[in-house]
Amino acid sequence: MRTSSTRRTREGRRRTTMAAVAGLTACAALITGCGGDGSDEAGGDGKITLRIGTFGSFGYDDKTGAKLYAEYEKAHPNIKIVESNVADGQKYWDTLKLRLSRNSGLADIQALEVGYIAEATGPAMADKWVDLSKSGGADLDAFLDWKVNQATTSDGKVIALGTDIGPMAICYNKDLFAKAKLPTDRAAVGALWQGDWAKFLETGKNYQKNAPAGTSFHDSASGLFNAVISSEPVQYADTKGELDYENSPGVKKAWETAVAAAQGGITAKLRQFDEKGTWNAAFKNSKFATVACPSWMTGIIKDQAGAANQGKWDIAAPPVAGNWGGAFLGVPKSGKHAKEAAELAAWLTAPAQHAKVFGVNGNIPSTKHTLTSAVVQDAKLPYFGEAPVGKIYSEAAAGITPAPISRWDGQVKTFITDNGILDIEQRGTDPAQAWENVKKLIEDKIEQ
Amino acid sequence: MATSLRAAADGTPPPAPPSSPTRRSTPPPPSGWRSRFYRWDLRLSPYAFVSPFFLTFAAFGLFPLLYTGWLSLHRVELGGDAEWKGLDNYANLADSEFFWNALANTFTIGVISTVPQLLMALGLAHLLNYKLRGRGFFRVAVLAPYATSIAAATLVFAQLFNTDYGLINTVLGWVGFDPVDWESSKWPSQIAISTIVIWRWTGYNALIYLAAMQAVPQDLYEAAALDGASRWRQFVSVTIPSIRPTILFTIIVSTIGATQLFGEPMIFGGSLGVSGGSGNQFQTLSLLMYEKGWVTGALGQASAIAWVMLLLLLLIGAVRMLFARANRKKLGA
Repeated sequence: MRTSSTRRTREGRRRTTMAAVAGLTACAALITGCGGDGSDEAGGDGKITLRIGTFGSFGYDDKTGAKLYAEYEKAHPNIKIVESNVADGQKYWDTLKLRLSRNSGLADIQALEVGYIAEATGPAMADKWVDLSKSGGADLDAFLDWKVNQATTSDGKVIALGTDIGPMAICYNKDLFAKAKLPTDRAAVGALWQGDWAKFLETGKNYQKNAPAGTSFHDSASGLFNAVISSEPVQYADTKGELDYENSPGVKKAWETAVAAAQGGITAKLRQFDEKGTWNAAFKNSKFATVACPSWMTGIIKDQAGAANQGKWDIAAPPVAGNWGGAFLGVPKSGKHAKEAAELAAWLTAPAQHAKVFGVNGNIPSTKHTLTSAVVQDAKLPYFGEAPVGKIYSEAAAGITPAPISRWDGQVKTFITDNGILDIEQRGTDPAQAWENVKKLIEDKIEQ
Repeated sequence: MATSLRAAADGTPPPAPPSSPTRRSTPPPPSGWRSRFYRWDLRLSPYAFVSPFFLTFAAFGLFPLLYTGWLSLHRVELGGDAEWKGLDNYANLADSEFFWNALANTFTIGVISTVPQLLMALGLAHLLNYKLRGRGFFRVAVLAPYATSIAAATLVFAQLFNTDYGLINTVLGWVGFDPVDWESSKWPSQIAISTIVIWRWTGYNALIYLAAMQAVPQDLYEAAALDGASRWRQFVSVTIPSIRPTILFTIIVSTIGATQLFGEPMIFGGSLGVSGGSGNQFQTLSLLMYEKGWVTGALGQASAIAWVMLLLLLLIGAVRMLFARANRKKLGA
């Protein structure tokens, strides 16, 4: 009797272990990406889990952001919000595109970068998104008109709501400027290069003459490319929104400026948002003195340079006003809780929340009244020596004329910066050769 | 029931069941059924036992293979419909610089990782073949890198090879060399990736060689020693010829591995991994295939690359067969 009973329990135990292992494996599979089905229900208390996929820094989270999730969860006890964040926007988009095509693994809300918004509203993807002009109750009139237009499909659906825009300034390291015998006052620094990117390059050469050992004037030539093209009225697309990067004066100017910077040896030869963290480490170690600074970049500098470098960074007006980046929140149709997700997206992008995020993370809002409100106008960033960020960036925002965007903008930008400019910068490739390579890449990868 | 029992007790045979006449002429009923079952069992069971593999292979091996072949003849965008293109995808590959670049990279990385790897493995196996203290420990130790995941190993090496903050450049700096651009220069980056491959696979191959070396008759060594052959002479003239088939085997396996190289360059390159660096300086065929398929969304072109890789491997397999045949002839003669 005894033996048989032990055997039975042992067998029973083994069976439970097996079941547990099987269960664990299934869970692991769900967590690692097959999700979307099983992970929506958080326990048996009837809570809905809304997952939100973001890249870079949106400033919503409960740790370093504006704690918007906690606030929403408090007001909606049946909802739990989980954010998954990817540092590299290009990788984020590649994955998102793949998941959209399969309709699986998607979060309930997905962030979209402006460079890819034309692709998202294009024929291949437009139908995959919930029409937020009908669902979720967002007040579309509150947004800047061009921001709404960018996310509107040809048949009038609004597939995403604007979060921030990217008016641009130049962030500079006061310590390094002082050591290189350049002015450190933000008005004087802005005056060094006011009105012309050529003057910015000139300042770079002056910096390099007295530069502290091992430091460079600018972080990356590709960053400079993005900054210059952001200030151009014609970028990758013609007025009809068709890709025409080869004849674009904006691309030409940005390319030439970036090449001059790379060849002039004033850049630190880094790749922005590098997954290995070399770029991040360079912030921490003060390896470069300036970085083109769209409003969302201030959050990144604060996080990466860290508390040790508080007060070293400041913000000056850019040579030419521009808009680099900015994002949207969209709700994929395939989600189980599309209605709740649309409501959350509408809430996250409402003027009040824009103001809160701006207060913490410095993301410049894409809603009209928030831009002119006292919250933004009077805002100062302690990390940047109490710089009047609100004034600097809302002034830059006023100068923005949004350029037409084509479906391929994001990819073309990646090829030009990652393959063209980085190649000149890091490997000394001849610029004409590098441009040929870029053209070949675009031909090879975009036209099938 | 009751009647038949009584009949048996009487000593008379029980009345036959209606079907009995036919049965009586054949062997006893249960055994006939059984033997048929036995024969079926004997003939079919092996198939039943091996079927899981073949069913799985058909579902996850053969079907994808054929489907990839079908895709390679079409223009397919991720999420879109297929459009017949015939052999265009293959013709485009022949024209594409990126394809030839990837093929060349796959070849060069393959050579600079496979050759040193196998030579070192041979030497290591030879050393492990000596009677030395703690032999068991060393034999397990050489296999440890193989047990490490590619991702973990590559991440560590990527840090070591980091151009600005890596240990290797720091050490080179102490010795007085300029820092090497391990990521963005062509040969340094390929050497760095090969280092990861070598680190991971040398021990594995060493153990295979060791197993083969232990099968070499001891008499041969004794005879060689009597003839005054040195250790080195013994290694060259006894060991190497004796384990030639094993060496051939490892060359083939390593070549296949090198042709499919993916994880190491992908992770080593970080954000630029898929395109194999800013100038595609270490983009292998597998990476190009991945980039075509998942970054560009051109599944037809990616499938064409997959098929070209398959054909390459079949070619290598054929060469191996020829070698093996020549080898057998030589040994048989």
